[in-house]
Amino acid sequence: MIRLENVTKNFPGGVQALKDVTIEIEDGDFVVIVGMSGAGKSTMLRCINRLVEPTSGLIYIDGADITKVKGNDLRKVRAKIGMIFQTFNLVKRSSVLKNVLSGRLGRTPTWRALLGLFPESDIELAIQCLDKVEIRDKALVRADQLSGGQQQRVSIARALCQEPDIILADEPVASLDPPTSHVVMRDLKRINRELGITTLVNLHFIDLATEYADRIIGLREGELVFDGPASEVDEKTFAEIYGRPIREDDLRGGVVEDSSTDELAGSGAYSD
Amino acid sequence: MLTVTSRSTLAEMKAQQNKGLLARHPWHFALLVFALVYGWSFMRLGVDPIMFLKGFPQMGGLLRRMWPPDWAYIPAMIGPLAETAQMALLGTTFGGILAVPTVLMAARNVNSNRGIYLAARTVMNFIRTIPDILLAALFVPVLGVGPLAGAAALTLFSFGIICKLSSESIEAIDPGPLEAMDAVGSGKLSQIAFAVVPQILPQFTAHVLYVLEINVRVAGILGMVGAGGIGMWLNTSMAIFQYRKAAAIILMFFVSVMLIDYASRKLRERLI
Repeated sequence: MIRLENVTKNFPGGVQALKDVTIEIEDGDFVVIVGMSGAGKSTMLRCINRLVEPTSGLIYIDGADITKVKGNDLRKVRAKIGMIFQTFNLVKRSSVLKNVLSGRLGRTPTWRALLGLFPESDIELAIQCLDKVEIRDKALVRADQLSGGQQQRVSIARALCQEPDIILADEPVASLDPPTSHVVMRDLKRINRELGITTLVNLHFIDLATEYADRIIGLREGELVFDGPASEVDEKTFAEIYGRPIREDDLRGGVVEDSSTDELAGSGAYSD
Repeated sequence: MLTVTSRSTLAEMKAQQNKGLLARHPWHFALLVFALVYGWSFMRLGVDPIMFLKGFPQMGGLLRRMWPPDWAYIPAMIGPLAETAQMALLGTTFGGILAVPTVLMAARNVNSNRGIYLAARTVMNFIRTIPDILLAALFVPVLGVGPLAGAAALTLFSFGIICKLSSESIEAIDPGPLEAMDAVGSGKLSQIAFAVVPQILPQFTAHVLYVLEINVRVAGILGMVGAGGIGMWLNTSMAIFQYRKAAAIILMFFVSVMLIDYASRKLRERLI
């Protein structure tokens, strides 16, 4: 369980990105955080893995206060939290496999990492993770040879390779076209269902939010303005969260591609 | 009522900006400063086109005395020429090796420790202020007359240039992978190995090769202060008026520089 308690973040220069946010996320939930750009979605996500230090308030993960952990303890916390970025954040000149293996760096001794000597089991795990996002055959290709959708799936595989309890996805589809957006959202949802990984996704597309979320959290100017199951949300709710009427560009559109690979991929790494 | 053309309005607007004379006419002042600086330089150096033209035939005289080069002298100079190239090679290599940690410490996006950052910057900038020939002159008393002093001087010289070129490349790398490695809980060195090195390696190698090209030329003259290589032989043959031997040395040197430049350029083209 993730618990944010009165979390506030002030950036230098007087921008208040989060205002006294208190929220609890249950294990295994698929939560979508909506709000306009600048509403504090990204800051909230980054507080959970401490890429952003909250100004005040407390953050608990599974009952442990992680607000002030440092050094190796912070690395251990982060190792259990996968993160997916809008711009994928892959090392473009490295192979797909090496990118996925970098998900193991939180648990790999430095000398092994420097020599590139990952245990055989890690390499197997990385390949299984690529399998889960259906791009196993790209393992030895350079990351910059892939399309945007494929690159985002590599970054999902990197997160999976951490064997995480939590996945944070910060606008994972903002750089993708509508059909690919659905493929990536579907992958995230499937992984959440299959492996029970608590998943928090920042989105500004309201149709994607209602389609994929179990629960929707709305932020406006750093404040929590909505929290409820996706089934309770309609256009009026979004208009309230956004503080303005809903427009065409708040929708991603597009449909899920028909895919024969929808069934659950091999579960070896996570079956225990 | 007074009618104002758009032109006078602009002038009025500029006047209303309430700037000083200098701020209103920046180009006039820049030209004035250039004229003063150049005028002073010309007077100081006694630049005299007529003297330049009159002196030209003397250069022709020197070239006549050099021709034909003393071909028989070439075999004897192979050793010193090889020594020159070896000085350049070793200097570039060790300079490159020393530059790696320094450049990483001197990049704000990689090293967040302000003290170490400033120390690395200071070392880098200080070494870069020392001219190559002065470095050689400083090493000759320490390491004795000979190529070792030259190689040591070239090591520091290469270090300075490689640091300068590469630290700019490092600060321009894609920050995304760095953030991603932070998020997986990677340690600093693993982060460098996975997110920085692959991004910087092609440019770094190109910089090292470029510095090798410069070093071959510099190594050719370091002999004049006793730091080994072919420069010492060139200096001697000129001093004792054996111009045909000097010509042979210059020609050999010229051909080697061209070959090394060509090979290096081809390699660099393949890298980027």
